[in-house]
This record gives sequence, C-alpha cells and structure tokens, in this order.
Amino acid sequence: MHRSDKNLLRTLLALLGAALFLLGCNKGSSGQAAPAASSAATPAADTTITLQGSGASFPAPLYSRWFREYGTKHPTVRVNYQATGSGAGIKAFTAGQTDFGASDAAMTDDEIKAAQGNVVLLPMTAGHIVLAYNLPDVKDLKLSREAYVGIFLGDVTKWNDPKIAKANPGVKLPATDITPINRSDGSGTTFVFTQHLSAVSEKWKAGPGTGKSVSWPAKAAVGGAKNDGVAALIQRTPGAIGYIEFVYAATSNQPVAWLENKAGKFVAPTPEAAAAALAHVELPEDLRAWVTDPTGDDAYPIATYTWVLAKKKYGDKSKSEALKTLLKWCLGDGQKLSTELHFLPLPESVTSRVLKAVDGIE
Amino acid sequence: MTEQKPHPQVAQPPTGWQTRSDVVFRVVAHVFGAAVVLLLAAIVLEVMRHAGGAMLKHGLGFFSGSVWDANRGQFGIFPEIAGTLYTSFWALLLGGFLGVTLALILSQGFLSRRGELVMKNIVELLAAIPSVVYGLWGIFVLVPLLRPVAGWLNDHWGAFPLFSTRLSGPGVLPASAVLTIMILPTITAVSREALAAVPPRLAAAAYGLGATRWEVIFRVMLPTASGGIFGALVLGLGRAFGETMALAMLAGNAQTFSWSLFSPGNTLAALLANHFPEAGEYEVNALMYAAGALLVITLTVNILGSLIMMKATAGLKGLR
Repeated sequence: MHRSDKNLLRTLLALLGAALFLLGCNKGSSGQAAPAASSAATPAADTTITLQGSGASFPAPLYSRWFREYGTKHPTVRVNYQATGSGAGIKAFTAGQTDFGASDAAMTDDEIKAAQGNVVLLPMTAGHIVLAYNLPDVKDLKLSREAYVGIFLGDVTKWNDPKIAKANPGVKLPATDITPINRSDGSGTTFVFTQHLSAVSEKWKAGPGTGKSVSWPAKAAVGGAKNDGVAALIQRTPGAIGYIEFVYAATSNQPVAWLENKAGKFVAPTPEAAAAALAHVELPEDLRAWVTDPTGDDAYPIATYTWVLAKKKYGDKSKSEALKTLLKWCLGDGQKLSTELHFLPLPESVTSRVLKAVDGIE
Repeated sequence: MTEQKPHPQVAQPPTGWQTRSDVVFRVVAHVFGAAVVLLLAAIVLEVMRHAGGAMLKHGLGFFSGSVWDANRGQFGIFPEIAGTLYTSFWALLLGGFLGVTLALILSQGFLSRRGELVMKNIVELLAAIPSVVYGLWGIFVLVPLLRPVAGWLNDHWGAFPLFSTRLSGPGVLPASAVLTIMILPTITAVSREALAAVPPRLAAAAYGLGATRWEVIFRVMLPTASGGIFGALVLGLGRAFGETMALAMLAGNAQTFSWSLFSPGNTLAALLANHFPEAGEYEVNALMYAAGALLVITLTVNILGSLIMMKATAGLKGLR
C-alpha cells in the first residue's frame, strides 16, 4: 500500500474510533439511569433524582452552598443550579427546561401568564444593595435622598456639592468629580435599585424609570459588567460611587455610604438595618412583595427578597416531593447559613408563610 | 549473459483504493467548503430574521438615535457605531505602526537569528492571552498608569477636543490601548510573512545599485510587501471591530459618543455582550439589528480592504 494511503486510512480509523467512543459515552450516561430506575430488585435508595435550576446570580453563592450541603445529607437528590441571571432563569423555567427558576425581580404578571399561571413564587432569602464609594479620606459618608438620587441623575457632579456636604458636617469633602458607576448588563440588582429611586424621586420615575437596565442620565456615568465588575471599577476609580449587593462590598472591604430612609434618619447598611426594612413589609397572597421604600427609623432603604420559582403542579410525583423536601430544608436549617454568607435570614413570620406555599406544590 | 533485473516501475496506474480515497477526499473537501458558505448564510439569515421587527419599527433612525432604553422601547446605536469605529481607528493607527515596525525588525536582519525567533514568539504569545485578562489588566494596571497622564493633558491642553474631559477610569483611551496590543500579534505576524516573502534578489539588486539599508527597506521591501501588509491591517481591523470582552470592561459602557479620548464610550460588540443575557423579546430584536449592523460594517471593511489591496498590488505582479 502507498504511504499516503496508510496515512489516510489511519485518519479515517481514528475518526471512526472517536465517533464510536463518543457514542459509547452517550449510551453509558443514558444507560446509567435506566437500570437504576427499572430494576425493582435493588433497594429504592439507588434512585437518584436530579433537579435542574437556573436564574439569579445574586443569591447564587448561597444557593450553591445550600444545594451542596443538602446533597451531602441526601445523596439521592442532586441539584444543579446555574447562575444565568434572573431574566434567563425565568425564560428557561417558563420553557420547561428547568425544574425551578430563581429571580431577583420575581415575575411580572405577563411572565406569570406566559407560564400559564403554573408557578409559585417563593422568597428564599433576602439581601440589600449598598452604595460603595471611593474617597480614601472619608469614612461613613452620609447621603441624603436628594444627594444620591442627584448623583445618579447627574445633577450632583462634585463631591463637595452642598447637597452632600449638608449631611456630613465636619467632613472634608474633595472638590473632585463624581463618577457614578452602574451595571452595564441587565440585572435584578439594577431593577431593585431603580425601583427604589423611582419610589423616592418623581424626577427619576419620569426619567429613567424602573428596569433591569435603564438609560442612565448622568453624563459621567460608567458601566461595569456584573456585581464584581462594578465593585472593581469603584475600587480603582477615585471619586467613584456605585450600587452593589452588600456581599460584594463586605468581601472587598469597601467603604459604603449611610443612606437617609423614609423617616429621615441616616442608617448604616448593616444586615440588621436591612432586616428591619423587611420586617415592616406585609407579604401579600402571592408572596410577591417589594420593599421599595421601607418605613421605620432603623430600616435601611434598599432591601429585597429574592425568589425561587416553582411549579404549582409537577407531573412527576418523585420530583415534586424531592423539591419540596429540599425547599423545606432551605427554609429551615438552610437559613442558618445565610448570615455567614452575608445574606439576610428570613424572619419566622415569613418562612412559615413560604412553607405553607411549599406544601401546596403537587 | 547475466539475467537482467526487472526495471523498478516508477509509474503505475492508481489502485482501486487510491481512486476511492481520492473521491472520498474530494467529497469531504467540497462538503466542508460548502458548509462554511452555508454557515455564513445561515448566520446572516438568522440575524436578519430576528432583527426584522426592530428594522421595521426603527428603520434608519436606529443608526442615528443615541438612546438605548428597553423600558420605553427606544433603541439607537449611533454611540456604539461611532465608538466602534473610533476605538478601532486609534488601535489600527497605533497597532499598524508598531506592528509593521516590529515586522521590519523581525525580518530585516536587525537581530540575530536567535533574537528574531525569541521576539517573534513573544509577540505571538500576546495572541494567546484571553480577552478577559486584557480587560482586567486594563482596569487594574493600565488605567491607573494613564490617569495622571490624562489629567495633565486635560489640565494643559483641555481646549483641544481630544483631551477635553478627565479620565475617570474606563474610556476610549484605555480601550484603544488594549485593542492595540490585542491586534498587534496579527499585524506583526502577517506583515512579517509578507516581508519575508519578498524575493532576496530584489534587495540584493538594490544593494548592488548602491542603495543604503534604509533605502532598501523603504523603497524596495515595504512597497513590494505592501499587499501583504495591507492584508495584515485589514485582518487587525476586523479583529478590533469584533473584540468584545476587553472592551465591555474598558470602554465604559456609556450611551454617549465624544471625541475626547478620556470620556467613556461604548462599542457594538460590548453592547451585545452586555444586554443579551437579560434582554426581553423585543430588546433581542433590537440587539439582532445591532448585530446585523456590526456584520455589515465588518464585511464592508473587508471587501473595501480587498479591493484596495488588489488595486495597490496590481502593478507589482511581475515581481513575485
């Protein structure tokens, strides 16, 4: 045989081998589940149930910790969670690609309609959004409502603006430019933040409004991708201020501003103050409550629940039971892990309502 | 009389196996060739199909508008188009100059063989660095380095439109600087090949006529290799247009365009990367329209580049 023929033959054989190998792998993975499910002789404990979920990235650190801990205690249940973002999570859930979804912006009425109403919204944990800033010599900066709305509207452009100075007597504010930093990608964080700004300011409501991404009016505004992108920009840009989830400010030790709440008090963005904000909200029937502008002297103004989306009716009994036990564990023992990861544990009054909703899943 | 050995046959008719493998190879080659064309067609069709709704609604105003507001259904990509062209222009200017210079150093005997090899590999390694790493490097290293320089320029030359704002962080200048480094390997590698492909007899002849080294480089080598160098620049520009991650991190993602090098801006690719994951149905249409615009811009530049290159090298055919 000619040499080049041999080479060609070898290539062909290699390709064929690779194809067979891939086929074999596919068979293997699908074949693994089949005997386990069908063989009645082996004990039932062999049946592994996989729950697929995707959505919000903000609670993802807590969720993955929950699902990992739960997995070690219940080896028969495997939970896969992908932090694709709230919007993508809702889409995948509505399309039936996942068993459960997760969203920071809950679901709109239209989105619930698109899912044929077969959905329950379950608040699983809560968090708060902080304004982190980069002014090396200023600690515990206090921002009045008109100051922080003004900054993001582009009306307040210098750090020594009287609107800022008024609330910070005795603090030497530099005469430098303010660089407001926002999320460049669509996100639940932006939704919650702009929702708050809309509730606080008529001008904001009539201008940029509320949304997962809005048109930012400030001329000097700069966008960063994801929470960590914004955090990095704030850290590296003198005179910057931006909104991020508390967790990202806590882990990077960035200074965060005290904000004026509805009662006119300046409140430090501590988990306790955020919990106080949530305590003042009465959850409605569908568990979809927004804390756009909490009342109470000790309440931090920008806090939010984050939701898991589950179906009201699952066709598969084993799947719905597995999901229910998982969610119950998350609402019970799981809540103890929240504080450690800088999330807010849900108060007893809320978890009892959510547990009732979980019981309703069929 | 000794028996003569049979003469070893040099030529022989192809065996059945050879004919068959030949046919198979030809079919495979054709299938893959056709697949590439079909793939491009499929991408264009798919983009246009999804963009349809937005195209009808926004028409040409899409290209002149500068508001991107999903809440109100207002979409315009003027800042992105301008930003894409503007950052790519600076990158091409700087990257082209640096890249061709490097290619000359690497091909015209300025360094030892060993030195050339090492330098060439180092430059090509730049292409292996992931885009995200460039973005991070830009944020954490480049921007803090550029900030005092930009501040000084703004203080002293602020009346000049290019320096009319202060550099807060991300902006056109850091984006263009990182783009320059990213397109450098492409431009250097392709230009170097073009210079190396110039027949040595041309240089020898020029030297024979008494030309100096600089005269040989500028009057003989560069003009002869100009076709390839131009191709390198077009390739680099294509890369700059499409670069996404590093720019999404460094351009500033602001829905404005300014001539100032220090003001934040945006590019088409960065807009797409930022808005796709969370976009609703209608915003996806608008994004697809923007993607179509990017596709058209890139194709136009490539076609124009090829045409200019053909024109420019038409007179040099005999040399190769």
